[in-house]
Amino acid sequence: MTVRPIRAPEVQDTTGYPPGHPPRMGFFTDTSVCIGCKACEVACKEWNQLPADQPFALTGLSFDNTEQLSGSTWRHVAFIEQNKPIRTPQDPGDGAGGDLRWLMASDVCKHCTDAACLDVCPTGSLFRTEFGTVVVQQDICNGCGYCVSACPYGVIAKREDDGRVFKCTLCYDRLLDDMTPACAKACPTESIQYGPLDELLERAAARVQELHGDGVEDARLYGHDPEDGVGGNGAFFLLLDRPEVYGLPPAPKATTRDLPSMWRHAAVAALALVCGVTAAFAAAHHPLAQAGAKWSRQSPLMTRTRSSRTTTARS
Amino acid sequence: MLAAGAQLTGRPGLARAGKIAALAGIALSLGALVEDLGRPERFINMLRTFKPTSPMNMGSWLLAAYTPLAGVSALSDVTGRLPLAGRAACYGAAVLGPAVATYTAVLVSDTAVPAWHEGHREMPFLFAGSATATAAGAAMIAAPSAENAPARHAAVFGAALELAAGRLMRRRIGMIAEAYESGRAGTLLRAAEALSVAGAAGALLAGRRRGLAVLSGAALMAASACVRLGVFSAGVASAEDPRYTVLPQRARALAANASGT
Repeated sequence: MTVRPIRAPEVQDTTGYPPGHPPRMGFFTDTSVCIGCKACEVACKEWNQLPADQPFALTGLSFDNTEQLSGSTWRHVAFIEQNKPIRTPQDPGDGAGGDLRWLMASDVCKHCTDAACLDVCPTGSLFRTEFGTVVVQQDICNGCGYCVSACPYGVIAKREDDGRVFKCTLCYDRLLDDMTPACAKACPTESIQYGPLDELLERAAARVQELHGDGVEDARLYGHDPEDGVGGNGAFFLLLDRPEVYGLPPAPKATTRDLPSMWRHAAVAALALVCGVTAAFAAAHHPLAQAGAKWSRQSPLMTRTRSSRTTTARS
Repeated sequence: MLAAGAQLTGRPGLARAGKIAALAGIALSLGALVEDLGRPERFINMLRTFKPTSPMNMGSWLLAAYTPLAGVSALSDVTGRLPLAGRAACYGAAVLGPAVATYTAVLVSDTAVPAWHEGHREMPFLFAGSATATAAGAAMIAAPSAENAPARHAAVFGAALELAAGRLMRRRIGMIAEAYESGRAGTLLRAAEALSVAGAAGALLAGRRRGLAVLSGAALMAASACVRLGVFSAGVASAEDPRYTVLPQRARALAANASGT
């Protein structure tokens, strides 16, 4: 299988930024070289002054005590232990190299091309920056939480004590000063690479080919394809197993892709409601219904009820 | 809508019941919406933009237009002041009513929650049916029995729509239907179906018997509440269990691969 270099969709143009805006910037997280040091988590927390998580507790999930992305955790290193022989060019997989494979991957907001969170935000608090990233304007967010249920990856979340939602900004403040985002800067193995998305996509395609050449057939890119359900990600990954193994959805779709159909169905339903209620009034005026009402007044059942009521009243 | 129809056909008792129920319903909803915000004092930010890609935004505009109309309509009816404005407001609210009843279905479906999103075709019909049944139920409870014939007919229509849409949805969404059929959601939705059938049958048979109309109306309102809570529970259950996210997506990816490359 050949991996063709892909060009990232120019979201800034479609958003309305005039020509001359910076290129679309993003992350390429190459999990094949991640060593699980969590420097990215720490650097992110420090730079963005994120509050501490719940009182520290051991989860028992390998070395993963963060568990998931949240309003106060914008990078999360997942640890997955597998019983699978490690295969290298020197040891082509007879199992002698040990049978524990340890997958580590630093997850982050995907900064989707078709960002559902941004689409559904009712206040316009979420916006597309000139770098093509998706950022929350904290002075506008009213904490409705609708973006939380719209995100297909479960990235954005509400801080309950604060009331507003928070997520990775791809260090918007640092980008404005031409600096590398904190997590990528801190990564000691260049597992997290930052740069113009087109460059990263090219580099990633080459890296996958290299790994395939080395016999790592499971290597694959995730979130790189502009044809996928979210139009491709601004932060994409090289994984060594299926995405669901890492807790990532295998084929996410921006929920707003179906929104035109939803509005159409709602319009038809509203029309059905109007017709139904109109018919209810028409039926009440229909001669048959009038006759029916008359019949029900004179029906034996009705008479019995009446007489029994009278009896009760008398007794 | 019921109130407007009643107003148009000379049923003042039914009209008053409809107007008051509409105001009570919308005031509760708006209150709950604002209360549920992380920053309630910033509710007004909802109206900063006009954004059709956000059902929450469109809903806020709808509520902002509908609530004053329902308010004027009900207050004018009760106090007898400004009768012309009150009647006009009632017709205005009737025009917006069906939109208010169905936009909430788009609101829940336009999410990544599998049980809500996958049911997006039938959800508006389910919500329209349940809204009609509730409104008709409230009218059957509050309106004089001599005037409640349209409400009884509407109740049967609403309950039938609600039942049909719910059944159709569960049949179409494949394995995700399990979220609607098991656990708390399953219990609530089974109760809703039973209450709906009972309420609709009662509405059919009630005639001018007030006791039966009140009972049926209460059953329909309870059914509607069970439907909403059941849909909510199914959504939560489907979001908590990764099966509902992963299995359909895997199937979709496989199908796309088979038809594409």
